[in-house]
Amino acid sequence: MVAETLDELNLRERTCGIAPVGCSVLAYNYFNCDFLEAPHGRAPALATGFKRVRPDMIVFTYQGDGDLASIGMAEIVHSANRGEKFTTIFVNNAIYGMTGGQMAPTTLEGQITTTSPIGRNVQQTGQPVRVAELLSTLNTPAYIERVAVHTPQNIIGAKRAIRKAFAYQAAGTCFSLIEVLSTCPTNWGLTPDEATAWLQEKMTPYFPLGCFKSPESDEDSDGPV
Amino acid sequence: MARILMKGNEAIAEAAIRAGATNYFCYPITPQSEVAEYLVKRMPEVGGVFLQAESEIAVANMILGASCTGKRVFTSSSSPGISLMQEGLSYMAGSQLPCVVLNIVRGGPGLGGILPAQSDYFQAVKGGGHGDYRLLVLAPSTIQEAVDLTMLAFHLADKYRNPVMILGDGMIGQMMEPVEFPDSYSEPELPPKDWAATGASDRDPLIIRSLFLDPTTLEENSIILHKKYEQAKKEEIRFENYKVKPSNKVLIVSYGTMARICQTVIDDLEPEGYSVGLFRPISLFPYPEVALRKEATRKNIESVLVVEMSMGQMVEDVEKAVAGARPVNFFGRTGGIVPTPEEVKDQIKKLIKKKSRRGRPAKKRK
Ligand SMILES: Cc1ncc(C[n+]2csc(CCOP(=O)(O)OP(=O)(O)O)c2C)c(N)n1
Repeated sequence: MVAETLDELNLRERTCGIAPVGCSVLAYNYFNCDFLEAPHGRAPALATGFKRVRPDMIVFTYQGDGDLASIGMAEIVHSANRGEKFTTIFVNNAIYGMTGGQMAPTTLEGQITTTSPIGRNVQQTGQPVRVAELLSTLNTPAYIERVAVHTPQNIIGAKRAIRKAFAYQAAGTCFSLIEVLSTCPTNWGLTPDEATAWLQEKMTPYFPLGCFKSPESDEDSDGPV
Repeated sequence: MARILMKGNEAIAEAAIRAGATNYFCYPITPQSEVAEYLVKRMPEVGGVFLQAESEIAVANMILGASCTGKRVFTSSSSPGISLMQEGLSYMAGSQLPCVVLNIVRGGPGLGGILPAQSDYFQAVKGGGHGDYRLLVLAPSTIQEAVDLTMLAFHLADKYRNPVMILGDGMIGQMMEPVEFPDSYSEPELPPKDWAATGASDRDPLIIRSLFLDPTTLEENSIILHKKYEQAKKEEIRFENYKVKPSNKVLIVSYGTMARICQTVIDDLEPEGYSVGLFRPISLFPYPEVALRKEATRKNIESVLVVEMSMGQMVEDVEKAVAGARPVNFFGRTGGIVPTPEEVKDQIKKLIKKKSRRGRPAKKRK
């Protein structure tokens, strides 16, 4: 969807993507634009450096929840707060995928992972982090929306949001982050069908879909609009 | 206790617990995540602390804080994560705080790969963070030795009030071997931890720090650290010889699991009439310099061959120890590629055929 958008908006030839450390570390193999590879969690810092030097280019990061919401929390918060004009595609699958299924900051209460073998204990490890909501509390204008990709309707909605994010960037408007709820059947230990159902039943109540912040909305609005 | 079959990462984790290190902080990274996955289940059984942090930067500072209590603390990671811990390790050395850090080394630099390597030698041995400090570094070559050295590491950390690193290549973490844990754990007596922050109830408040703005005091602190490292050079040298004898023409120097491959090479070459010995440093800092020089300068030794899973890092310490008395050659593969016995044999045959010249030939770096 990101690649489609870049072509549709005719941005591909002046785009630079930034791969994180996680399952999308090899993202550059699936895109037809320039790409950088960042250390774990630091993609927003690379994006900041790149975009500041080449504001005419389109820059995006593509990060998992361990990468963005754990080790890279500082970088994403400060990039958003500075209003860096790049786009972040944030893939939230509630687990560390690449390293074999450890607990992530987004892991749901009671969810079993290899480092929460009897289910996440929120007394010990805190509540799952809601990134879209958290970043929306910053006063700096931004476009922040949470989407999902488990049904055709949701995919259409996700595509619309991604297109909007890149359009804002192309117009030099603001920072944009699209949080994409996504399945990880392998590490959830579910079949793809079961995983789709799990996303709908367990993730969407805690991670509600919708737009949390847009440059057109009131600066201090803090709920889906 | 009976011998049991265990994966290296799990055996090291168990060894830490047996040594009384019931405080563990971590962040996931391949190829050592099994340490955390083992300890998350084991810690509750011993009433210990297990915490998955948000990053290795946080881990290093969590062990810094935890160590100040005087309790034994442990962490494990692999190369990129260990790089992020360097700041904390420098602070711990500067503040004279003990801890044990396991590095299951993977190929680098940067994100590198996830296969076994020995390319973090410089970082471990020469000091990866800033300032005048060293880590004590131990390199196991079997799972049993990893268990024994892990237990020893906690003792040394307390004895020297300094971080100790277990430097294991990826194979040490991932392979399975039979291991035996001692029935009961005992160690030589250590001085009381009167430096720990336990509350100023029956003594004056104490401050644990590495900040010394007055240059004389800072220099004094560095001299204290230096003296500890000099003491370690006297008391903590560890190495092992394999088939080192007067007939040896070539002396291999190799550590960790690479040294085991070299043992195979030596065994294979013996019936073919090649006499080769192996010197295996176990303590990488302090480095067994004097012992190595003695073995390397035996009458019949024509040359020394350093074999590493890197582009050549320990070879510099070997050159320093041998100090030009014999030619020092290097062979290594890196990036996660483990040299095969055949490759090493070829190197040795070439050396013996060549009747190596005196002096130091250009290093062969493959
Ligand atoms: C400094 C550092 N620490 C740890 C790792 C190991 N590591 C690789 S991918 C990853 C996180 C993967 O999880 P996530 O960001 O949720 O992405 P996913 O794989 O689920 O897409 C980690 C911790 C690393 N490469 N570098």
